[in-house]
Amino acid sequence: MKDMNILAIESSCDETSMAIIRNGTDNLGTVVLSQMDTHATFGGVVPEIASRMHVENITMVLEETLNKAHMTLDDIDAIAITYGPGLIGSLLIGLQAAKTLAFITGKPLIPVHHIAGHIYANNLVKRLEFPLMALVVSGGHTELVYMKEDYSFEKIGGTLDDAVGEAYDKVARVLGIPYPGGPNVDKLASAGKDTYNLPLPLDDDSFNFSFSGLKSAVINLKHNLNQKGIEVIPENLAASFQNRVTEILIKKTIRAMHKYHVKKLIIAGGVSANKTLRDRLSSVCEENGFELITPELKYCTDNAAMIGAAGYYAYQKGRIASLDLNAKATDTLQ
Amino acid sequence: MEYKFTSHSEMDTVELAQNFESEKFPNLIICLDGELGSGKTVFTKGIADALGIKDTITSPTFTIIKEYDGELPLYHMDVYRLDGKTDGIGIEEYFTKGGVVVIEWAETIKDILPEERLDIKFKIIDENKRLLVLTPHGKKYEELCEAVL
Repeated sequence: MKDMNILAIESSCDETSMAIIRNGTDNLGTVVLSQMDTHATFGGVVPEIASRMHVENITMVLEETLNKAHMTLDDIDAIAITYGPGLIGSLLIGLQAAKTLAFITGKPLIPVHHIAGHIYANNLVKRLEFPLMALVVSGGHTELVYMKEDYSFEKIGGTLDDAVGEAYDKVARVLGIPYPGGPNVDKLASAGKDTYNLPLPLDDDSFNFSFSGLKSAVINLKHNLNQKGIEVIPENLAASFQNRVTEILIKKTIRAMHKYHVKKLIIAGGVSANKTLRDRLSSVCEENGFELITPELKYCTDNAAMIGAAGYYAYQKGRIASLDLNAKATDTLQ
Repeated sequence: MEYKFTSHSEMDTVELAQNFESEKFPNLIICLDGELGSGKTVFTKGIADALGIKDTITSPTFTIIKEYDGELPLYHMDVYRLDGKTDGIGIEEYFTKGGVVVIEWAETIKDILPEERLDIKFKIIDENKRLLVLTPHGKKYEELCEAVL
């Protein structure tokens, strides 16, 4: 079979990224331009600034990506693009670039769901084997996805309120820790002990998650102690919170794997960089005889390489878009 | 004029939000303030339900704005992380797009809020109990509060 080089574009949030991926597995060149510094000033991603910076960056990123892969547009067989979900203004910049490139090269345009991309980030580490369970955990997402084959997604559960990343950010706010909350709470927790009595959130038979109640429990606990004139120990509260989060994520993931008879687990999304989550999942999987695949840290955050990997399998499933493809801010993985 | 409503559970808060029948009011602007965990997103779930939105309403803290399709579109925002820096961000554009706009932590951007709007302040009384103080600005919003409360 002839090699297939996919040029992938990702601009759903604050990273402008392009990559050229061969046959869904080989990363020939990836460029990620982050707007992290600008957004740190604003304490998070700011939609309008994000889209303005994507406009400024996108042609530069294209040139750099082609240079890195030692290619020209003539070597490209298809264009893959994140069409959603994400910030609409940001998505539109990447989408317009992708449509333009598809139009001038006459090559197919492949629409890729952002979460499918995060899942396929693992394919760049090791070819996915099916059936598998994917635990997607990031700033904006918390989902359990069952895959019986390539590019087939069945969402079996998700958050009903805060995503894991948001829960971390909010608890960080309560503890007075700066943005981004996730890595900072993780760091703080590693210096503390699980001494506070916090509930295990939404500990039921479903595969859904709810972190809003745990967030409230942290707030109530701090409030009640402060009223008694007792200061909370931030390290210990962070450790207690993090333990509850990882415990429920792991408990439901493992139960889902038993129920769906799968032995392979992948984790995806920004929070999959969380060390405590990785370590505990890895030992629980070992106990259960499951195989855990984790993305390389550089593929945990948003990047186009994962979109190029997912795009290859989307293409094989006949997912090709016409040039009137639209961006979607909120969209279910399918 | 301000109106007070005591919510004894999440369900109470959801029902109050449903009673606003926001599906009949394009460009309805509802501003929510109150500490973390006081029920702002819960209230928004009720608004979404009245708009016939089937998607689960999840927190927009990370993305700042989430958009949903219903009888009217719902624009659900959490502007906390903007820290009042709204210059050139385009939030104002959402006020006249014909949808229902719900803004969490709206006080942080009060300079750019439209004069006519509904402000709701959430206060935590105890674990489940919340006091909601509703302040309508403008005739349309006063009538709406009269009808609901």
